[in-house]
Amino acid sequence: MLAEVNVTIRRFGADPLELLNTMMLIRMYEERAALLQRESGAPGTCTAVGQEATAVGVVAALGVDDLILTNHRSAGHLLARGASPSRLLAEALGRRDGYCGGKSGSLHVSARDLGVVLTSTIVGGELALATGVALSQQMLGRTGVVACFFGDGAACEGRFHESLNLAAVWRLPILYVCENNEWQAFVHRRETMLTDSVAAWAQPYGIDSATVDGNDVEAVRAAATEALASIRKNGRPFLLEAQTYRLRGHFEPDDQGYVDQQELASWRLRDPLSKMQARLLDQGIIDQAGLDALSVEIAQCIDAAAVFAIASPYPAVAELHTDIFA
Amino acid sequence: MKPVTVLEAIDQALAEEMAHDPRVILMGEGVATKRKALLAEFGADRVRNTPLAEGIIAGTAVGAAATGLRPVIDLLFAPFLCYAMDELVNSAGKLRYLSGGQFAFPLVAIAMTGAGWGVGAQHNHNIEAWFVHTPGLKVVMPSSVADFKSLLKAAIRDDNPVLFFVDIGLAHTEGELPAQEAAVRLGEAVVRRIGEDATLISYAKTVGVCERAAAVLAEEGVSAEVLDLRTLKPLDEAAVLASVRRTGRAVVVHEASRNCGVGAEIAAMLTEQTWATLKGPVLRVGGPDAPAPASYPLEQAYVPQVEDVVSSVRRLTRSAAAA
Ligand SMILES: Cc1ncc(C[n+]2csc(CCOP(=O)(O)OP(=O)(O)O)c2C)c(N)n1
Ligand SMILES: [Mg+2]
Repeated sequence: MLAEVNVTIRRFGADPLELLNTMMLIRMYEERAALLQRESGAPGTCTAVGQEATAVGVVAALGVDDLILTNHRSAGHLLARGASPSRLLAEALGRRDGYCGGKSGSLHVSARDLGVVLTSTIVGGELALATGVALSQQMLGRTGVVACFFGDGAACEGRFHESLNLAAVWRLPILYVCENNEWQAFVHRRETMLTDSVAAWAQPYGIDSATVDGNDVEAVRAAATEALASIRKNGRPFLLEAQTYRLRGHFEPDDQGYVDQQELASWRLRDPLSKMQARLLDQGIIDQAGLDALSVEIAQCIDAAAVFAIASPYPAVAELHTDIFA
Repeated sequence: MKPVTVLEAIDQALAEEMAHDPRVILMGEGVATKRKALLAEFGADRVRNTPLAEGIIAGTAVGAAATGLRPVIDLLFAPFLCYAMDELVNSAGKLRYLSGGQFAFPLVAIAMTGAGWGVGAQHNHNIEAWFVHTPGLKVVMPSSVADFKSLLKAAIRDDNPVLFFVDIGLAHTEGELPAQEAAVRLGEAVVRRIGEDATLISYAKTVGVCERAAAVLAEEGVSAEVLDLRTLKPLDEAAVLASVRRTGRAVVVHEASRNCGVGAEIAAMLTEQTWATLKGPVLRVGGPDAPAPASYPLEQAYVPQVEDVVSSVRRLTRSAAAA
């Protein structure tokens, strides 16, 4: 059984600083998780460094009643939704205070109280579950939309196509969010699909779609807001494709020896954090001193999370046999 | 009371549970077409035809179960479950555990299997042991008309994912439903025939084979007990152990392939826990490690016959007499 905790879904409002702040939190969280793996023997983990704008932009557009399904690269989605970095890191380290009592580790974290339900690390798994979650929403008269995050690799799974077809036929309230980060583990997307656009695959199923610069958090937020409005207005699912890039490896540790250095460098120039920081500096919404102070504040939060997670005990061995059956 | 078939008993169970609980829904390829009465009574929202895509049918059921509905899915024939394995095994079976108990998955997946219709191995494959070997799932495989009804109702009321296998050979079997229905819980075996010299442990269609074998043995002066497991997971270990501790001899009989089947697990359990009282080895009668053929004589040769069970018991009683 999990300890009771107070959790609150993060409310973004329209504050651009909040968008930036959340992206910085995710970046520092994931870099710390990678560091703990490298230096302290923590379990390996999948990061989504470089994809923060997609996570934050979409989650910022969601309402408190909306639900999220995610996958192995979920830290950004969870933190954007308001997850505690301390408990998330504790989960990644397999500790008792983690969101799943340490039984998930970093790969399938769900946090029901935040509306982050049924995370699957089976590539495409969440696409098959999303239709059911959306069916519950529809049949039980709940208004929340189901946002389902998945990768370009998952779009090559049969379940992606089965899910879109059923969602279209049953008019399920699903926002499909494809995080097209060009990589499918160690294989470049170019090797596995002839199209450059997953969004184009939605149309034959009767699903409206849009493509957005996944490294521009405000653009993502605007596109997701429009997509959600379309779902609520038309009573049909929608697919939003965010074009982004996985700046770190597939799974820590990963030397990225297989990555084209030119491609990587070109995407580093489009880093979503630098982009938003430059924009806010430019608009005078924050100055350099403000940014520096924000960095320090978030770094302290991550330090505290690491202290908490490392201090959290491992689950009792008896937990091996709990939570198998209801 | 007028006798009903197994298929009618299943329909009755569905209708009663859908009337009892508005969260129960039925999905599958053709369920709304073939179960017209259910469609008429509960409407197209709760009785849903689906695309031909078992993976998404199962996934939809799993997602819906976690968030407030109680889906029953008809996946038609057991081999089609292969298309739904990820959802059943990796999601329904594991996501409660991996989430630290945040979700429950009250769902039932119904599938037919077994010899009798000559449909061949892509429609007939007794894969129940796969799911017994999978954490987080329950597995039910009834043998009597009354049990089909009461166990399906129990499965629908259970808060866990349940695989409910319908032996094709029993589908049109008729039986009486008791006027006063006993509420059977999952995980309870039942003694079909009391005996003293050996225990025949079985489930589904081969329970009948065991009962006929017991009748033959009775004529030879051997008294065989017939234990119907009904639920394969959770297994009624207490009932199996109690019977075998009394008789000292056990034969496990099922149509599924013998290797790594449920019988292997039961034989191992008996060896571990009743060794001192066993009068001989625990024997298994089961199908071969071969796909199920369509041709009638081959299909019959595949399944355990009365004579196979009788000779297994004779082997145990005679070796004891000789010793
Ligand atoms: C069914 C399945 N196949 C393979 C894997 C191993 N694996 C984990 S993540 C991954 C890449 C997935 O690529 P994509 O869907 O694009 O998501 P991304 O990791 O890029 O976010 C692979 C192959 C898996 N977890 N599940
Ligand atoms: Mg990818």
